[in-house]
Amino acid sequence: MSVLSSLQRRPEPSLQAAFALFALMALLPPVVVSLGDPFLIVVGTRMLVFAIAALSLDLILGYGALVSFGHAAYLGLGAYAVGVMMRWGIDDLILQILAALAVALPFAAVTGAISLRTRGIYFIMITLAFGQMAYFFFVSLSSLGGDDGMALDHRSTLLGAPVMASDAGLYYTTLVVLILTFVGLWTVTRSRFGRVLVGTRESALRMQAIGFRPLPYQLAAYLISAGTCAVAGVFLANQALYVSPAYMSWQRSGELIVMVILGGIGNLAGAIAGALVTIGLEEGLARFSDHWRLGFGLILVLVVLYSPGGVTGLIRRLTGRTGA
Amino acid sequence: MSGPLLAVHDLRKAYGALQVTNGVSFTVQEGQLHAIIGPNGAGKTTLVAQLSGQLRPDAGRVEYAGQDVTRLDMPARVGRGLARSFQITTLLPGMTALDNVALAVQARAGSSFRFFRPAASDRAITAEAMDALSEVGLDDRAYRLAGALSHGERRQLELAVALATRPRLLLLDEPLAGTAGEEAERLIALIGRMKRRLTMVLIEHDMTAVFALADWISVLVYGEIIAGGTPAQVRANPKVRAAYLGEDAA
Repeated sequence: MSVLSSLQRRPEPSLQAAFALFALMALLPPVVVSLGDPFLIVVGTRMLVFAIAALSLDLILGYGALVSFGHAAYLGLGAYAVGVMMRWGIDDLILQILAALAVALPFAAVTGAISLRTRGIYFIMITLAFGQMAYFFFVSLSSLGGDDGMALDHRSTLLGAPVMASDAGLYYTTLVVLILTFVGLWTVTRSRFGRVLVGTRESALRMQAIGFRPLPYQLAAYLISAGTCAVAGVFLANQALYVSPAYMSWQRSGELIVMVILGGIGNLAGAIAGALVTIGLEEGLARFSDHWRLGFGLILVLVVLYSPGGVTGLIRRLTGRTGA
Repeated sequence: MSGPLLAVHDLRKAYGALQVTNGVSFTVQEGQLHAIIGPNGAGKTTLVAQLSGQLRPDAGRVEYAGQDVTRLDMPARVGRGLARSFQITTLLPGMTALDNVALAVQARAGSSFRFFRPAASDRAITAEAMDALSEVGLDDRAYRLAGALSHGERRQLELAVALATRPRLLLLDEPLAGTAGEEAERLIALIGRMKRRLTMVLIEHDMTAVFALADWISVLVYGEIIAGGTPAQVRANPKVRAAYLGEDAA
């Protein structure tokens, strides 16, 4: 955990950095269309979806020091909520999001209450176990396609309007949700609740000695995180028009952790940057070679060794701003 | 209220065959500073852990303000005014000195399940935290990360956090640990000022501090209290000299 503890002590995330990223992302569709490569809008949407998921993980990982290795389960639960609702003929995005929360939150409440009784490596292992349980549950659920998953033939609608029917429509809807997620989590991390959560990250013993029991706060953060990740899953299903257990695999959970670390842990702008860089490298390197993971691994090693604050830490150092 | 603020009855704790707390009983009157001294390995820190609720004793009873608190955990005891400081500095290193203290204020200032209003904009909490910082002389370090403070400053912050819980009884576990000279003198003066307002149990190695501050001294050796009395009585006690003070002077 020594890497983690040195990574945690980053200065406050910068609102400006995040909104600069949002502005750049808002410009992406017209730019890639004029460059004659509209497929990049699809890549961009994946970036935004995983940015939401990485933000959700950063709340507990970066602010609570809770390394969940089963977070992809919530991504999958959100995606399956869309698949099942559509099979029932319910296409409305808001109802699908509510369904995703209705499934993800109880699962998070039960598994979180159990997992949070453990610490450190045991927490990592027990969240991994719960994630794999969810994965194998859907693999064996043949009525939902089992291992093959289920294809969707259209995207969700918003109050009857097909706002996400076009790739650009889906992109901008996802961007709006990403911005709302960021602002929401940014507010939470600065609230009374957020201050207590950071306190539990720093020292549970100290928090008890001033009168706090850490568990309820950690569980609340876990629920917020899980619910947010399930919302990302709703958009993942819409982006891929496909739902499968693979979304819940432990490799996917690992990828989310990589995004948060690559971007800069405990720094919401960093989680977004990490998702953009990870998906960007995935797409970019895959164009050069089937063995792109080798190059990606090398980059990850270099970042962890030489820039413990991730991409945002590197930028902060290059621009000479050391924070508070 | 006429009874003692703290009454410890026949407290026992063993780790395997090792009896770390072996039938400890004592009382602390309201307003008193009760020092507990003893050689290394006497079980002082284990005793504080049981008084604060961090550790459950095997047998015996801890009564605080006339109530049995033996089964209450640490947060519950803090809520009733029984707080502690740590021998090994236990702060929130990645947070500012101000936030370290503000959290202690926040803990007793309404629910912390508030998700939207920025915590830093709560003037009442910030003001009270600043007061605690200036009381220990750290007001000019408010926005430093606790992990970036000097050792002596961290000892001061440890006291500020304990004070910010507004304790009625404060357990101080070696508040001078690792300090010397001017730093130690500043901390002794600070504890002397706190004496007027609250009851304290002081565990300390520094005999100058103990004899300057204590109203009553208990001597703990191998988990048992072998003597107790005023500083003058303890200093004259031959058993204490043999077990502890003599060793120290040698």
